[in-house]
Amino acid sequence: MQCCEGLRSQATSRRSLLLGGAAFAAWAYVPKFARAADGRDPRLVVVILRGALDGLATVAPIGDPDYAGLHGSIALRPDGPNAAVMLDSFFGLHPAMPEFARMYRARQAAVIHAVATSYRERSHFDGQDVLESGFAGPGRVQSGWLNRALEALPKGERVTRALAVGPTTPLVLRGPAPTVGWAPVALPQVDDDTAMRLLELYQHRDPALASALTQGLQLEKAAQGDEMKRKPGTNGISAMRLVARGAAKLMAADDGPRIGALAFDGWDTHAKEGGPVGRLAQLLGGLDGALAEFESGLGERWRDTVIVVATEFGRTARINGTEGTDHGTGTVALLAGGAVKGGRVISDWPGLKPANLYQGRDLAPTIDLRAVMKGVLHDQFGLTDRVLAESVFPDSQPVKPMQGLVV
Amino acid sequence: MARDSQAALVALNRFGFGARGGASGDFVNAAFDPRGFVKSELNRANAALLEMPGLCSTPALGKALFDYQFEIQQARNAAAKSAATEAAPAEPKAQRRNPSLSSIAKDMTAKEPMAQADAMQPNPPRPPPQQANVIQKTFRTEALARVQRATFAECGFVERLVVFWSNHFCISASKGALARIWAGSFEREAIRPHVLGRFADMLKAVEQHPAMLFFLDNQQSLGPDSRAGINRNRGLNENLAREIMELHTLGVGGGYTQDDVTALARIITGWTFAGRRGQLGPPGTFVFNANAHQPGAQRVMGKVYEPNGVAQGEAVLADIARHPSTAKFIATKFARHFVADDPPPALVAYLQDVFSKTDGDLKALATALVDSGEAWQAPLTKMRSPYEFLIASGRLLGRNPEDPSRYLGGLNVLGQPLWSPAGPNGFPDISAAWAAPEGMKLRLDISAQIASRLGDGVDPRELLELVAADAASPDTRRTIERAESRQQALALLLMSPEFQRR
Repeated sequence: MQCCEGLRSQATSRRSLLLGGAAFAAWAYVPKFARAADGRDPRLVVVILRGALDGLATVAPIGDPDYAGLHGSIALRPDGPNAAVMLDSFFGLHPAMPEFARMYRARQAAVIHAVATSYRERSHFDGQDVLESGFAGPGRVQSGWLNRALEALPKGERVTRALAVGPTTPLVLRGPAPTVGWAPVALPQVDDDTAMRLLELYQHRDPALASALTQGLQLEKAAQGDEMKRKPGTNGISAMRLVARGAAKLMAADDGPRIGALAFDGWDTHAKEGGPVGRLAQLLGGLDGALAEFESGLGERWRDTVIVVATEFGRTARINGTEGTDHGTGTVALLAGGAVKGGRVISDWPGLKPANLYQGRDLAPTIDLRAVMKGVLHDQFGLTDRVLAESVFPDSQPVKPMQGLVV
Repeated sequence: MARDSQAALVALNRFGFGARGGASGDFVNAAFDPRGFVKSELNRANAALLEMPGLCSTPALGKALFDYQFEIQQARNAAAKSAATEAAPAEPKAQRRNPSLSSIAKDMTAKEPMAQADAMQPNPPRPPPQQANVIQKTFRTEALARVQRATFAECGFVERLVVFWSNHFCISASKGALARIWAGSFEREAIRPHVLGRFADMLKAVEQHPAMLFFLDNQQSLGPDSRAGINRNRGLNENLAREIMELHTLGVGGGYTQDDVTALARIITGWTFAGRRGQLGPPGTFVFNANAHQPGAQRVMGKVYEPNGVAQGEAVLADIARHPSTAKFIATKFARHFVADDPPPALVAYLQDVFSKTDGDLKALATALVDSGEAWQAPLTKMRSPYEFLIASGRLLGRNPEDPSRYLGGLNVLGQPLWSPAGPNGFPDISAAWAAPEGMKLRLDISAQIASRLGDGVDPRELLELVAADAASPDTRRTIERAESRQQALALLLMSPEFQRR
């Protein structure tokens, strides 16, 4: 052990942020909406939770007689300390989400329960492919459904105001329709002249890099926004808030993007998931804070906004041997925003009796997530059933858009 | 052999970490005998091992961490006690959460400081964060050793192989204190000894390494019918078993089912590591805990494995290591990493065949790749990863890495924090992931920073000769020659397609 001697000292409190866990990307244009006539200027934000959110822990079916037994030591309770916030007589919201609860009471938030994509295996990466690509099966990673929805919109003005840049674009927004990205970063920046010279070289030698750099530089222009230059928060949870704050600021601008996507990592709670407090509670608190940041940051545009929160699949109904949950199937999707017809849990509850569980282990999905996404895209942007079924979510004709999700 | 500049570019950039600056003669040597230049490293004894004073074994690091955490716990207990006697005892200390492991682990996930602004700045070296604890110090020491090895390697092919396999079998330091303190020793102990050895041996070393067992929760998984499982009323966690099949060997669609995952999870219950008090063995060592092991025979992919202690699981690993799906999965990833996002099918088939016929001989696999025609004919369309980019820059500029902060900060900014991918599938390995708009702009910012600090002392025109010689395009040459300053020319050189593509 002598090689480690002398290495011991006090724990340091010095922390900083790893940026990989949260990033925001948006469409590079302000769309021209057919609906502009009625004074609405709709916004859509898609929040991807990577790692598979435990829907039964987020919105607990407390009225289901089998729930408490299955979720065991981490089950939420309707009473006592850290009680779930009852959304109706059956479902209780995780207590780490007071902002969402407030929005729900104000009829600006809704829950869709026992929902899943068309994917029925249990690989994160394939599951995320399906969730984000909008194709019925994995392996199609060239473009995401939100990007293809954008292609169907009238293009409008190029977004010139964007703030800074972060490492990657989520698949859901990847594709031919040009997008811009942002993540909080503090880094001295290159001068314009050098950038232009490099761009010229790329234009001669490497068109792909030219295109990437062009977009990267355009983001740069209005990057001097005050808060964005501030040092990011101290951990992944506050990074969620910070990214949401920056994204909201971008999207609130008159010439800002109307459609954006964020991805938050870390939901793969195999062990020590925690109940009303603990690991998942912290993450949900971060998500809740991010939703509140959107509400305040979007200002009067909040009333035209829909935020959709979705994950690749759910987790096992029964907790595993390590007070966590393994990869499952059915889960929740959350809607928030002033444009949401909220205050309700939309569910065709399958029940948690052993015979009702999918493959005897997971919450059985009764709603196709694509129906939710289609409903939102239809109501917010007027995309037709045909476009939704053919190009946005290919081969999804039988999955009808869910009606009346938007006020 | 005639001098072949284009092949030298392939040898140095596709297979290696790029040409070193100064009088290394790397480009000339690579141009003279491109294949020989790449393969010469493979024949050195223990080419992939990394042993240096100051690098500790996993058990030693585990013990240091356990002791450190124990001390903090003791100190906090003492502080809480004295506080409790002073304050009114009636108030139960406002829900003070377990202060030891979780909070320390938090501190540790605490990533490197936002030192990105100083990515690879030459001098003066930043002082290390004040009062860095054993975890941070270890992480920095391990990082520095790895960066130095890559910087000074001749071609760097073996180090590139290490990085490939380490990403294939990744853990993430952000999992917690143990993962962070073990990130380097995991790579040194489970990956490096087998990079030119057998896949099955690497697989076994990885799945029995305490860092992997911790990263994928297997130390918590108990056989539901084992003594420990019954006593504690706890059971399986299938995380490790699933990723062994999905990410480490067979791949998605590799012919296994949920039942196979569950059976493997049962089989590897009891695979754990000894803790601070060493009840199961020396702290920080792999142990098979029979008390936690699910008794009985299990069926995995149609074959029954009789109860046989730790050997039951080892037999499964040995079988799936030589499964055809594994050969295909590995061959595809290997070709994708080195050659193209969509590698030539003939090359993949050939590598798969080599893997199968040699029973997973990884040196044979690497040799086959270098000997293939496709690996040299395919155009240089891949992007250097952030790690490759920063290492290549340091090599070209002849930097002796003394302070890991510059590298760690740069990697954080560019989205590839060292040993800390977002998930167990590792960092992405396709060009689109690294050639994104945001990523390109950040690369340019970092290049400009490096150049602003080092540009005065170098002649970028000479550096271009070292990087690409007459394989440099006239456009790149002109852009560098016409730059308004040496600094600007260096930034442009570091961002040129000849330097970014591989």
